Amino acid sequence: MLRHRVIPLVLLDGYSVVKTIRFDVRRNLGNPIVVAKIYNARNVDELILLDIDASKENRGIDLQTVGSVASECFMPLTVGGGIKTCDEIARTLKAGADKVALNSVIFENPNFLFDAVSTFGSQCIVASLDVVKSSMGEYSLYSHARKKNSFSLKDCLSFVIAAKVGEVLLNNVDRDGTMFGYDINLIKYVKSQINIPLIVAGGASSPHDCTQAIKAGASAVSAASIFHFTSITPLLCKEDMHSHGIPVRI
Amino acid sequence: MITVIDLGISNVGSVGRALDHLNAAHKISQLRSDIINAEKLILPGVGSFSEGMNRIRQLGIFDLLRDRTLIEKIPILGICLGMQLFASEGEEGGLTKGLNLVEGRVCYHRSAGLGFRLPHIGWDEVYYEDFKLFDSITNNSCFYFVHSYELLVNEPVTLAFTNYGVTFTAAVQKENILGVQFHPEKSQMVGLKLLENFCSDRF
Repeated sequence: MLRHRVIPLVLLDGYSVVKTIRFDVRRNLGNPIVVAKIYNARNVDELILLDIDASKENRGIDLQTVGSVASECFMPLTVGGGIKTCDEIARTLKAGADKVALNSVIFENPNFLFDAVSTFGSQCIVASLDVVKSSMGEYSLYSHARKKNSFSLKDCLSFVIAAKVGEVLLNNVDRDGTMFGYDINLIKYVKSQINIPLIVAGGASSPHDCTQAIKAGASAVSAASIFHFTSITPLLCKEDMHSHGIPVRI
Repeated sequence: MITVIDLGISNVGSVGRALDHLNAAHKISQLRSDIINAEKLILPGVGSFSEGMNRIRQLGIFDLLRDRTLIEKIPILGICLGMQLFASEGEEGGLTKGLNLVEGRVCYHRSAGLGFRLPHIGWDEVYYEDFKLFDSITNNSCFYFVHSYELLVNEPVTLAFTNYGVTFTAAVQKENILGVQFHPEKSQMVGLKLLENFCSDRF
């Protein structure tokens, strides 16, 4: 049976690992290669590396960093940050990524998603969607230009499904870095809209949060703060999931 | 020397790093001469079946790969799409003839009809029967898979299986021809062990 994954999320501001709160306040956590080494030693299921400033600063993720991280990990590596062309995808894969996460480009140049999937295959393309909840309780997409996006979450999900991306990485901006738990209603809603693997991020505070996210319909859980700032490891999360009958790789 | 064949659409870097880690002498190349001089071959692959075969034809290595594996019988390991390209034909990207090293067809995974999510992405159990490629690997270990298509064989070459809605081919061996649907280079210790087995004098 396919195992549910626990995926540490490593955010970069260009060269250093950082951790944000609600995509804003930051703490610097040092060298990504050291972080990757630790996660490899912990035998994690997968790693996601995102450069959260790349799009804003109109540059790509540093491929030397990707290469150094990749040489430390014999597990799947998803890389995102400022990727806008097939050529950039090819170079990111060559540097050692297995999958690329696309975010801003989905809104700036939607047709590109079709090119990316037809060139590299669905399995290689992850749609990374940053979601915020309005005061009215509606979900919409967060734009890194700090403007509200015109795409509704529903339309955006149907669009990425039509483009045949391989996975959706759902980042909950309101919960990011808060350790308030995953937004279970959001996970249930997204699960009801898509039939491809769903990775959820934003808010994990305990191993049991991970279990609840999977029960709500996530294929995989991703987290940063609990692994950076607490004694909780991906293994502890998997043990909790396992004890609730969820198949995991231990 | 092992030649890792670079079709230009594959994750050859990951395979190369795994072989570096194992201190296995290898060369990543798309040159005919490196295929002619290789003692063993690895054919990694990511991408569609039709695109993979296009690349093999563009590189002019179709007959060479068949001669080296079918006549000279040097060991070859196909990884993911690499294994699928061994088949007689594949459906992905339009019906395309394969290398025809293994009788069979590559089809959209049957689990789709059962409501399972595709691609089949993640760690899944592999059950094997008497298979030297899995020496020293605990049966039912998890390996990392990323695929939407599966190899349906017409001859008894499947020696390892995985269940995802249906039981499908996880690995094959036909004499010197070996293939795995999962990614050993991305499967942590068990994957490295499998690659080490392939590099060893077992094959």
